[in-house]
Amino acid sequence: MSQADTLTRSVWPIRSLGLFRSELVTVLRRWRTLALLAVLAGVPVLIGIAVRIETGDGGSAGGGGGGGPAFVALITNNGLFLVFASLAATLPFFLPMAIGVVAGDAVAGEANAGTLRYLLVAPAGRTRLLVSKYASVLAFCLIGTLVVAVSALVTGALLFPLGDVTLLSGTTVPFSEGLLRALLVALVVAASLTGIAALGLFISTLTNSGIAAMATTVGLLITVQIVDTIPQLHAVQPYLFPHYWLSFADLVRDPVYWDEMRSNFQLQALYVAVFGSAAWARFTTRDILA
Amino acid sequence: MGEPSAQTGEHAISTSGLTKRYRGGQLAVDGLDLAVPRGSVFGFLGPNGSGKTTTIRMLMGLIAPTSGAARVLGEPMPRAVRSVLPRVGALIEGPALYGFLSGRDNLLRFDAADPTAEPRTRGTRVDTALERVGLAAAAGKKARAYSLGMKQRLGLAAALLRPRELLVLDEPTNGLDPQGMREIRSLVRELAADGTTVFLSSHLLDEIEQVCTHAAVMSRGRLITQGPVEALSSAGRLVVTTPDPAEAVRVLKERGVTGLAADGDRVTGELPQDPAALPELADFNAALVAAGVRVRGFGVERASLEDAFVALTGEGFDVAG
Ligand SMILES: Nc1ncnc2c1ncn2[C@@H]1O[C@H](COP(=O)(O)OP(=O)(O)O)[C@@H](O)[C@H]1O
Ligand SMILES: [Mg+2]
Repeated sequence: MSQADTLTRSVWPIRSLGLFRSELVTVLRRWRTLALLAVLAGVPVLIGIAVRIETGDGGSAGGGGGGGPAFVALITNNGLFLVFASLAATLPFFLPMAIGVVAGDAVAGEANAGTLRYLLVAPAGRTRLLVSKYASVLAFCLIGTLVVAVSALVTGALLFPLGDVTLLSGTTVPFSEGLLRALLVALVVAASLTGIAALGLFISTLTNSGIAAMATTVGLLITVQIVDTIPQLHAVQPYLFPHYWLSFADLVRDPVYWDEMRSNFQLQALYVAVFGSAAWARFTTRDILA
Repeated sequence: MGEPSAQTGEHAISTSGLTKRYRGGQLAVDGLDLAVPRGSVFGFLGPNGSGKTTTIRMLMGLIAPTSGAARVLGEPMPRAVRSVLPRVGALIEGPALYGFLSGRDNLLRFDAADPTAEPRTRGTRVDTALERVGLAAAAGKKARAYSLGMKQRLGLAAALLRPRELLVLDEPTNGLDPQGMREIRSLVRELAADGTTVFLSSHLLDEIEQVCTHAAVMSRGRLITQGPVEALSSAGRLVVTTPDPAEAVRVLKERGVTGLAADGDRVTGELPQDPAALPELADFNAALVAAGVRVRGFGVERASLEDAFVALTGEGFDVAG
């Protein structure tokens, strides 16, 4: 039966796309996922309406909401800034929480339901299944970020004027370039989530309870976010995965300032390497009992 | 498909000294030497907790043996998982489904997980499998809304997505009503007739007796016996109903029947053990009639596998600790 063997080898990469697609579609068909995406889509709408009401009263929109750069103050002049403001508002918690839920559930949820054993006897192959799952979580990072960005763009266009974009550094660029920068920002935000995606997937391989894995991942996120704000702990802060998250604002400057973003990418790559290998080591040797 | 080749050997499954000790210290399977002939319908019999599911998990590469080795379709497991499992269909410890997907979408997903499954024929293969287990009408319904019997059938359909050389079915009739059990049994017979080897675990003795050609008996993680089913259930007892018991005992004794006992109008005795020396049963009856014994009933009661189990283990067929 070496025929099955050679077949396995030659079509492995192509057929794995089928498994990846099946993974992603399965994730997107859970109502829980849809609820998360609905929350993500709702945040820009809420921010937009709040800013609109506040400025409608004649007062000026208070800047600095959500820590980060003062995007909120700029929304009334240009709706495009709602995209930046919304990403800055969702990146510290809503977005990574959604990723934590999806990644935490990825393996543990299937172990809990028992479907994992049927995928493995199909046979999906442990490495292939884990890679497909991580790829689908990454795709979800991109989808989640784009949902925020598109919802913000639509809300911004409806509630505020659009036009040439005055960057944080003071230079003015055409709207088309502003749009391009917004897309770039969305990609950078999605890339910022790869670290917690790997961490969540690793936690997911440790347990047979999807709920426990999700709760642990989200709990870790909250803890790390708190530690990142305590001045006395500044020594460890450069190693925390959210530390450079808001560096994406540097894309809205002219010239673009890359240093912190580079640190961000390096840190995310480190988390992906460490927790990706740990997840692989665990999942490929683990007894599947559920 | 089920053609045994020299390369893959004559056994669909063989294990040597297969042992599993769970992390809690529980010795679930203890030195198992199993030999499942190709083409057989092999019953894997044992009370709850005797180690059947644990054995199947090791055969399917889901858990690593503590010691010992297993070969499935001639190749070592779990090393050859990728080349062996596409030729094996399995139902392990009941069905597990995505409740929020339809029955059909569940099967599409499990098929997509198999890298050797042809995507172009996926749809038709899924429909054929649904048809085969009688779920075609409910294929579009969410699996959450399925009854236990329907879930069990969908699990079976997943095992039948492609022609298989070996089917491993762990208690496939669990939770089914008698009609459902009958349907599963006839499906198993049908598959076996196509040349598929079927490895069927069960804690139900009569189920094994009804469909299996071979059987192995487990108790507390150890293999008690294995072989063709007829060889496991011992030679039957002759039962004669007659108003002349004393005369019947005399005639049968002359013909070599041993262990004769009369209880009212019922005379029982053991047929000679050696099957070659066993005369035609009708000859006993003719002899009785010739001697003037009025025979009202005449027949052989086969000792059941349960009797065999009790004789082998000295204990009842109860849940092990
Ligand atoms: N995940 C597990 N961890 C520890 N012990 C287990 C586990 N699964 C089963 N066992 C124990 O192993 C023994 C055999 O169980 P199992 O293989 O499920 O038996 P069967 O399938 O014949 O009912 C039982 O005593 C059971 O309690
Ligand atoms: Mg069992």
